[in-house]
Amino acid sequence: MLAFSIRRLFQALLVMIVVALIAFTLFRFVGDPVNQMVGVETTPEQREALRERLGLNDAVIVQFARFILNAAQFDFGTSYQFKQPVAEMIGKRLPATLELSVVSAIFAVLVGIPMGVYTGLNRDSFLSKVFLSASLVGISLPTFFIGILLIFIFSVNLQWLPSFGRGEVVQIGWWSTGLLTWSGIKALVLPAITLGLFQMTLIMRLVRSEMLEVIRTDYIKFARARGLPNRTVNYRHALKNTLVPVITITGLQLGTIIAFAIITETVFQWPGMGLLFLQSVQNVDIPIMAAYLMLIAFLFVLINFVVDLLYFYVDPRLRTERAIK
Amino acid sequence: MAETPLLSVRNLKVEFPTRRATLTAIDGISFDLKKGEVLGVVGESGAGKSITGSAIIGLLEPPGRISGGEILLGGERIDNLSQTAMRKVRGKRIGMIFQDPLTSLNPLFTIGEQITETIMTHLPVSEAEARKRAVSLLEEVGIPAAAERLDAYPHQFSGGMRQRVVIALALCAEPELVIADEPTTALDVSVQAQIIGLLKRICKDHGASVMLITHDMGVIAETCDRVAVMYSGRIAEIGPVRDVVKNPHHPYTVGLMGAIPTLVGELDRLTQIPGSMPRLDAIPKGCPFNPRCAHVFDRCRAERPDPIDVGTSRVACWLVEEGRNDRASKVEQA
Repeated sequence: MLAFSIRRLFQALLVMIVVALIAFTLFRFVGDPVNQMVGVETTPEQREALRERLGLNDAVIVQFARFILNAAQFDFGTSYQFKQPVAEMIGKRLPATLELSVVSAIFAVLVGIPMGVYTGLNRDSFLSKVFLSASLVGISLPTFFIGILLIFIFSVNLQWLPSFGRGEVVQIGWWSTGLLTWSGIKALVLPAITLGLFQMTLIMRLVRSEMLEVIRTDYIKFARARGLPNRTVNYRHALKNTLVPVITITGLQLGTIIAFAIITETVFQWPGMGLLFLQSVQNVDIPIMAAYLMLIAFLFVLINFVVDLLYFYVDPRLRTERAIK
Repeated sequence: MAETPLLSVRNLKVEFPTRRATLTAIDGISFDLKKGEVLGVVGESGAGKSITGSAIIGLLEPPGRISGGEILLGGERIDNLSQTAMRKVRGKRIGMIFQDPLTSLNPLFTIGEQITETIMTHLPVSEAEARKRAVSLLEEVGIPAAAERLDAYPHQFSGGMRQRVVIALALCAEPELVIADEPTTALDVSVQAQIIGLLKRICKDHGASVMLITHDMGVIAETCDRVAVMYSGRIAEIGPVRDVVKNPHHPYTVGLMGAIPTLVGELDRLTQIPGSMPRLDAIPKGCPFNPRCAHVFDRCRAERPDPIDVGTSRVACWLVEEGRNDRASKVEQA
């Protein structure tokens, strides 16, 4: 287990360095950063001085090393457009995106798994068919449309929930949370559902097909032959055997949710990273884009690492080192 | 006939409705199983042996269903019990052992967890008590260092050891009847005899009757008190093992006995029964064995024979009923 963790850690490092290289190349090849920073009337001498000051005249490898060293200390330079440190800007917006993503992932798991179990066990029931048809809608409708639809129903017509923003937030250290105020929670409902709906239907369908497979196995038959109650057979013996693929997909999807919260954040004017990223793309604000790239890569690597550790927790067959001979 | 048999199957029918036609997998079988008795059920694949076992324990896979007859356990009908009531019979009164020990145990739970949960489902004991019972059961089925192995997972056991665990699981709530569905088919030949011996001994110790489903006549001859020979969802012949093996009446049984390889004698080729068992959607009229039978005559093709008493056995065959059987055995010996 320890050897495995260390091995994975090295792989993770490798991935991060490759991503860093890509992020770094962004600076070099997407236009001259000096052009982005100075006005038209700057003299060539001034430009050259700026180049020297920014270290752009050093060897490429030295620049790359400097980029990595800075990135390791969460220093991604200064935004061209806002003239603020990028790390600080992202830090301000990260909590909003993470809260939205995690809440919508929890929603997807908590609703998707029971629905999957139900539809897997009661294949032919009316409710299963309703769930399945509804999930088809969830999978095929684009996110922005679902968001607008929800806003139309719950904000415009029923006026139960706000249609934009985060509501009131509470500051805990550098982290701003909307989970502690009533208006913050209300503001979270619609975007979380919009963002999580696709993952929910995905998890439901995955759990369903896994359940269909598992309930045919001998150990489930044997569990029934031992007279165990249905609840124990279905939720203890069967569900646990469906979890490995579910964990994989949920992990990957969590990464995707965070990376692509952009659309939902735009529809709901959610002050998260997605919105920041969109603005930075419009203004060719490369430090922000590079930092965003690094951050998302880091989150993916982290999530995958956690997923791998969860495998060990769920499936004892993977813990080979501890086998009794 | 003073004693009520432990298990009594009366004219049991099992059907599988399919889109095209309703297939009859079990067509009116009847047999009794006395307390402490070991009944062997033999037959080719698809003869309905396993379906009979599943029907008794109430675990027929849909769309399969019991369409006629009754099953009595200790004199009470169990074929019409509710799901909940039947669940309390399973494990508690009827234990079941499946063919493949490699897949019978849930890979994600320790064997201790699986045994204690079964014990606690059926018996009013504490978890510590259940664990104690689990350890003594595992010792009984011959698992060394049982107390330590309780926290091991199934994949840490060999096939033979896993089947021992499965036997312990089937017996952990002291059932009166154990249905063993080909318990050694998936095992190495070298451990088969051990497992069969263990199964017989432990069921005797616990006073459980056994219904042993197999296609291995050798196992039947060694282990069982009585044997039922099944063919195409019907019982061709049932009787005490000695009589059925030594003096078979039904041509099919005669053929089966002839197909057992022996080391004695100069036989260099194994006898075979020509042809194969009919598919469920093409069971011939009359006796289902008639297309393969060497002694077939007109009545076999027209009417279906019902089992009749012949000595200590019951046989379903027109030859026997019409007294033509002498010819049959003579031909067989020639």
